Amino acid sequence: MTRAKTLHFLQNYAVLILIALLVVALTLLSDSFLTGRNLLNILNQNAPLAIMAAAMTLVIIVGGFDLSVGAIFAMGSVTSAWLAVNVDPYLGLLLAPFVGLALGYANGLAITVLRVHSFLATIATALIFKGIAVAVSDGRLISARIDDFTWLGRGKFLGVFNSVWVMVLFALVLTFLLTRTTFGRRVFAVGGNEEAAILSGIRTNRIKIAAFAIAGFAAGLASIITTSRVALGQATAGDGMELQAIAAVILGGTSIYGGQGAVWRSLAGVFLLALVNNGFNILGIDPFFRDLTMGLIILAAVGISALGQRR
Amino acid sequence: MSVDALLSVRGIGVRFGDVEVLSGVDLDIRPGEIHGLIGENGAGKSTLGKVLGGYYRATSGKITVGGQLQSSWDTPTALANGVAIMHQELQLVPALTVAQNVFLGLEENVNGILRGTEAARLETLMEQSGLRLDPNARTSSLTIAEQQKIEILRALARKSRVIVMDEPTASLSKSEIDQLHRIMRSLRDEGRSVIYVTHFLNDILEVTDRITVLRNGEKVHTRDTAGETRETLVSAMLGGEKMDTLYPPKSRDHGEVVLSVRDLISPNGTQVDRLEIRGGEIVGLAGLVGAGRSEIARAIIGADPSTGSVEVAGKVLTRRSIAEATEAGIVMVPEDRRGQGLVMSLPVRANISLPHLRALSSGGVMAKVRERALALGLINQLDVRPAIVDGDVSNYSGGNQQKVLIGKWLAGDPRVLILDEPSRGVDVGARETIHREIGRLASQGVAILVISSEIEEVLGLATRVFLVDRGRLVDEIDPDRVSEAEVLAALFNHQGMGDAAE
Repeated sequence: MTRAKTLHFLQNYAVLILIALLVVALTLLSDSFLTGRNLLNILNQNAPLAIMAAAMTLVIIVGGFDLSVGAIFAMGSVTSAWLAVNVDPYLGLLLAPFVGLALGYANGLAITVLRVHSFLATIATALIFKGIAVAVSDGRLISARIDDFTWLGRGKFLGVFNSVWVMVLFALVLTFLLTRTTFGRRVFAVGGNEEAAILSGIRTNRIKIAAFAIAGFAAGLASIITTSRVALGQATAGDGMELQAIAAVILGGTSIYGGQGAVWRSLAGVFLLALVNNGFNILGIDPFFRDLTMGLIILAAVGISALGQRR
Repeated sequence: MSVDALLSVRGIGVRFGDVEVLSGVDLDIRPGEIHGLIGENGAGKSTLGKVLGGYYRATSGKITVGGQLQSSWDTPTALANGVAIMHQELQLVPALTVAQNVFLGLEENVNGILRGTEAARLETLMEQSGLRLDPNARTSSLTIAEQQKIEILRALARKSRVIVMDEPTASLSKSEIDQLHRIMRSLRDEGRSVIYVTHFLNDILEVTDRITVLRNGEKVHTRDTAGETRETLVSAMLGGEKMDTLYPPKSRDHGEVVLSVRDLISPNGTQVDRLEIRGGEIVGLAGLVGAGRSEIARAIIGADPSTGSVEVAGKVLTRRSIAEATEAGIVMVPEDRRGQGLVMSLPVRANISLPHLRALSSGGVMAKVRERALALGLINQLDVRPAIVDGDVSNYSGGNQQKVLIGKWLAGDPRVLILDEPSRGVDVGARETIHREIGRLASQGVAILVISSEIEEVLGLATRVFLVDRGRLVDEIDPDRVSEAEVLAALFNHQGMGDAAE
């Protein structure tokens, strides 16, 4: 039994073990890795992706995929910058997450009312959202160099970037939601066995819609951090982030088949990839190998967890 | 006898989890015979058919084909040895044509490029066998009977000498059944063998040469059909001895009508004119496999669309959704534990609390202490083993999973409890626990509907029993005055009457 237990432990915490190994290796290989400045930068740079991955966890546990969060991010970027320039910077920051919430809600409706698989539905809505973002911005960059707008992405609180605070707070709220509330329990039940959930009197469509709405909200929240940091709204922002977010969730060990997973796992997934990236930078290795390495790591992590899922 | 057998098995045993479905079965299939496999629901006839066809792996026993002992036996090996199986659910590719399906995997090709000769080859095959179909018709456009012909042609294309047919007549009309029987006879006359698994006694008496009767996973005997009648078969299927299971005492003291169903009609054949269950009453539904028992339950709870009225304690359900039924207090323990009952990725505790989340939370936040206390209480009450609140339910035995599934519904305050196969695949101990809890719930005034393919279980639990045939309640019986054999005979009779009417 001990061997089986060891294997189980490895599978369960594969992502943390990999992170620990990387931290040790990078510390030994470079003096500039284990510095407060470098670590804080990694957190700061990856906060928006981490926020999106945290919410993507809910979508994947409920048994779906959201390929539109990148496009919602673009919508958030464009609307927040446009509002900041033309109306009020604070309104821009405040409204963008709720634009995301509305778009995510629309995703949920499309999936449950039209009964389309979320994979397909969100490919379609991603194109629609992206199209609207291009139309709103007229295809141009919207410059928003206003202090009342850029404080969120550039400022610090207690010596730590605001973005990191937002990320931590958001992840804690989602963790609470998922592990301590009836909503969270229903999310696990719907993803684990939808038929059983229905027969237990759960309105499964509502749960799915809520999960997608939260993913949309997170994409909007992530977008204001990035947009305020770079002081630019653009319709190409967020390209490819949906796949990075999904990869991070799966890398963390959340089941791709739904029903199992945790928010902290997705954050760990994001930062595992971030550490690999950072290692390539500080060690000055040819970036040609970066994608190759990342791909191998994802494949290895997913392979390890698949070993344990042969029921 | 085993010398000239085409296919013979010795000591075949099959276990699913901790349940023994078949044990120690010996069987010889001779060349050129139609061999019937019969038994009560759950006697193991279908399982044996699937083992012979290589679809299920036997846990013990030997399989010999043409005198050669087989070291492993799966579908490809079986096919290579001339044994084909025709499943109850046909295994065809709907988008391909008839000819493409028949020669699936046997296509003539040049370096992997198809020659497209399937239709022409099928013509020859149809010429030989006398089965006619349009080779270029799309499979999905054909009736079930026609699709079965494809399966038979497929077996012939692979030069099969033994064809296992698992309940092939379940969805056929009378004339289609006659046609299938003609095909079976012509296969036999060519020297091939057919293993015919069915629960239709008339069919088996009409067409087979020999019949093997199974009971509780064991073989009773194999005999020539010529000497058998319906009566001899029924008594062989039931056996002389009565199983000694203790059932909870039945209460005759019932309250008001709690569940009232009128003119319930669903597209999949349910037609219930009137069904009333009083508080504290246990009503049973007995019927043969495929008689539409579960469909009645699904229509009542709103899992399948239906018309008609369902009332709970005088309140008419208007939306006819599962959520509404659950709120009104009707709950159903479904027959398929894994598919519809439990969430395998959640622990025992979360499975039990799933229908009661609102009661176990305040302001949307789970009340963990109360949830654990509830789960622990039910685990003790039902004697779930291992008795771990956060146990991994996917690793539990069938009986303990079933206890968790039932415990899930004991926690609330159900007014109407529908149990579909409450003790299927469950060991004797768990069975008694489950029966005891059903009795206890009834004594608390819950209206209970029990559906089971084990007639004995329905008779033992219920105070009133309805016989079900083709989605209708055809007869009401008093379970204490009627024996299992009489019920079975009555069910076969209704089935026969239905056949004659067609």
